[in-house]
Amino acid sequence: MAYVPLADQDHEQEMHHPHSWVTKYVWSQDHKVIAIQYGGTAVLVGLVALVLSLLMRMQLGFPGTFDLIDPSAYYQSVTMHGMIMVVYMLTALLLGGFGNYMVPLMIGARDMVFPFLNMLSFWFYLLSVVILMASFFVGGGPTGAGWTLYPPQATLAGTPGSDMGIVLMLLSLFVFIVAFTMGGLNYVTTILQYRTRGMTLMRLPLTIWGIFVATVLGLFAFPALLVSAIMMLFDTLLGTSFFMPAIIESGTPMDYDGGSPILFQHLFWFFGHPEVYIVALPAFGLVSDVISTHARKNIFGYRMMVWAIIAIGGLSFIVWAHHMYVSGMNPYFGFFFATTTLIIAVPTALKVYNWVLTLWEGDIRLNAPMYFAIGFIFTFIHGGLTGLFLGNVVIDLPLSDTYFVVAHFHMVMGVSPVLVIFASIYHWFPKVSGRMYHEGMAKAHFWITFLGTYAIYLPMHYLGFLGVPRRYYAIGETDFIPASAQTLNESITIAALIVGAAQLIFLFNMLWSLRNGAKADPNPWNSASLEWQTPDTPPVHGNWGDKLPTVYRWAYDYSVPGAKHDFIPQDMAEEDVEMEDGSTGSTATGA
Amino acid sequence: MSETAAIQGSPEGVDGLVEDWASDKQTYNVPWGKAMMWIFLVSDTFIFTCFLTGYLNVRLTTTEPWPLQTEIFALTLFGQSIPLVLIAIMTFILITSSGSMALAVNFGYRKDKQKTFIAMVITALLGLSFVGMQAFEWTKLIVDESIRPWGNPYGAAQFGSVFFMVTGFHGLHVTGGVIYLLIVANKVRKGDYDKKGYEIVEIAGLYWHFVDLVWVFIFAFFYLL
Repeated sequence: MAYVPLADQDHEQEMHHPHSWVTKYVWSQDHKVIAIQYGGTAVLVGLVALVLSLLMRMQLGFPGTFDLIDPSAYYQSVTMHGMIMVVYMLTALLLGGFGNYMVPLMIGARDMVFPFLNMLSFWFYLLSVVILMASFFVGGGPTGAGWTLYPPQATLAGTPGSDMGIVLMLLSLFVFIVAFTMGGLNYVTTILQYRTRGMTLMRLPLTIWGIFVATVLGLFAFPALLVSAIMMLFDTLLGTSFFMPAIIESGTPMDYDGGSPILFQHLFWFFGHPEVYIVALPAFGLVSDVISTHARKNIFGYRMMVWAIIAIGGLSFIVWAHHMYVSGMNPYFGFFFATTTLIIAVPTALKVYNWVLTLWEGDIRLNAPMYFAIGFIFTFIHGGLTGLFLGNVVIDLPLSDTYFVVAHFHMVMGVSPVLVIFASIYHWFPKVSGRMYHEGMAKAHFWITFLGTYAIYLPMHYLGFLGVPRRYYAIGETDFIPASAQTLNESITIAALIVGAAQLIFLFNMLWSLRNGAKADPNPWNSASLEWQTPDTPPVHGNWGDKLPTVYRWAYDYSVPGAKHDFIPQDMAEEDVEMEDGSTGSTATGA
Repeated sequence: MSETAAIQGSPEGVDGLVEDWASDKQTYNVPWGKAMMWIFLVSDTFIFTCFLTGYLNVRLTTTEPWPLQTEIFALTLFGQSIPLVLIAIMTFILITSSGSMALAVNFGYRKDKQKTFIAMVITALLGLSFVGMQAFEWTKLIVDESIRPWGNPYGAAQFGSVFFMVTGFHGLHVTGGVIYLLIVANKVRKGDYDKKGYEIVEIAGLYWHFVDLVWVFIFAFFYLL
């Protein structure tokens, strides 16, 4: 039988509707339920990682005051904080959470193309989280190798958690990658093949472009992590020497010989750098949509934005060794990787210019999502500029492994995506829950988080210039570091504790609004993109009622000259558009 | 495709090319399953590439000499030691199975259920014999020549490490493929695809050809290099 594309089939295939509570809400195949499961789990582990970071800050700000944080606990906190935030929180929340929720709704589909695989993806993700959390309870505790898990120290006896902790960490990553692959194949196939009538690639909202390219990056980058996890598991459990050179431990030669620790670093960063963009690209997409909606203007340079996302995605695979300037790799590599790193700043800067130009002369509505989106532009510019410093070999050498690096990556891939996540949660909360959040609490949450961010990370740049090394349990008496550095550390810690506490406002706002929030309008922001045009709010199983929507225009028809309303939904046909003069249909817009 | 989706005034040149690629709802006129399999295979390619890169890297860094493959992989037949004979047979079998798989795809599109079923079962049996011979090879290496993942008497310990890891990973792919083929073959026999069409045979075939292709690289890198 010849293959007939969905849109050309006479009748839609009938959807399966779940009957029992369990298949509706627990083992659910509905992308929206899976998205909330994914997002909820990610937020919960994110809270664990947040608490770990506060433990670290308490030790750094007030060394030796808190008995429960000994050096081992400190290193374990560093490691688990980093790994959880990057992989289990940001990646899972942006792709598993927002990816699952937004993809079918924004492209006008009823669900993902493989709902069962989608469900499996979440349960494997949950399993990986459970394995990771289990490492807190095994003998020796979780691994303290640093989130990069560099061998040989990751598996040596001196490192906390070198017996079971590291094994569970690698196992958990393995399971996570399996989960990601199942989810990722689904997103890519869905975006390519399941768009509704008229939804061309160049009419996709930038959110979808970001998620799409990020998923492709994930599918190509996670294999490197998978392979290095397998190899390191073998080194630990079977005694192979993939990454282990000849080592003498406490005077006794170990049974290792001839392995290559640098190989691990190459494999890890071949994953690790695209991972930065796996987190950043969906955030770029989401924030573009939030900015455009609340500025009541089309996104500036849509095509340029799309190509920038694609270019960043491609370039992200050839910059990985800028994490390794001091690793002892061939010094000639430095030139190549510094060049590519600076080149990747070009499309990234283009995106920033376009966000700013979208705001330019816009009819800006300062709602909470917009606060966070504009806050993101600030933190992202700061983090991006320090990236230019670190991308240059000569500047990186003295700054490497100092607090400057900590400040840089927390600004650019910690705080920035998190601000976008908050913006997006506030922005889409009315659609997801059917209720409005509390605007006052949201704005208080923004100001404390945003200003607190600067109180935390700006001084860290300065500490870095002073040469304060990162990952140290305590600096102690060090000649080249002035005593005043400790004062800064104290103030950073106090700011961090306040910002950490402020996240409770967010949680309270969400939980309180679910029950007590005002009933939300189906389209409270007057947004043009497709997910706001669902017949039900929140969208029900199947999303679109009896008939799939047809798309006539791009997602950014805001303030179209001559049109009566300041937005034209994507599924409104040309002849239905009301004009100011009372006639219909001659806007002549659309991508 | 649809009366509403047409874009008026499409540009010329490179922009037009982009427009053309971007305009259709379905970028590629392939079923979802096939698209997904292709994307998965590219991802899997990255896994094997990383494995082989890792292998080449430790082969360079190891301080001890690399064992001579011609001696280790030799088989004594009729009183004579013949290098690489087992692996030659294994490679031949796996490549033959790609041929029978191609036949199955062809029969599938002709809706010849019985022949499709037979060709798929033959493919699966060839795959199974490959795995069997691999098990034999592993046994010989482990028992007779005491090669272990953590060391061997012939030289660099990494020889055993990468050999067992990569051929084992590939062997798991073949085993999974055999199970996959048998499940699909059984469904073909029962006529489950009469309505949906026989693309699934081709999708299974894509996976199978990929596993064969990977083997060619593993063969070249481990046994010849």
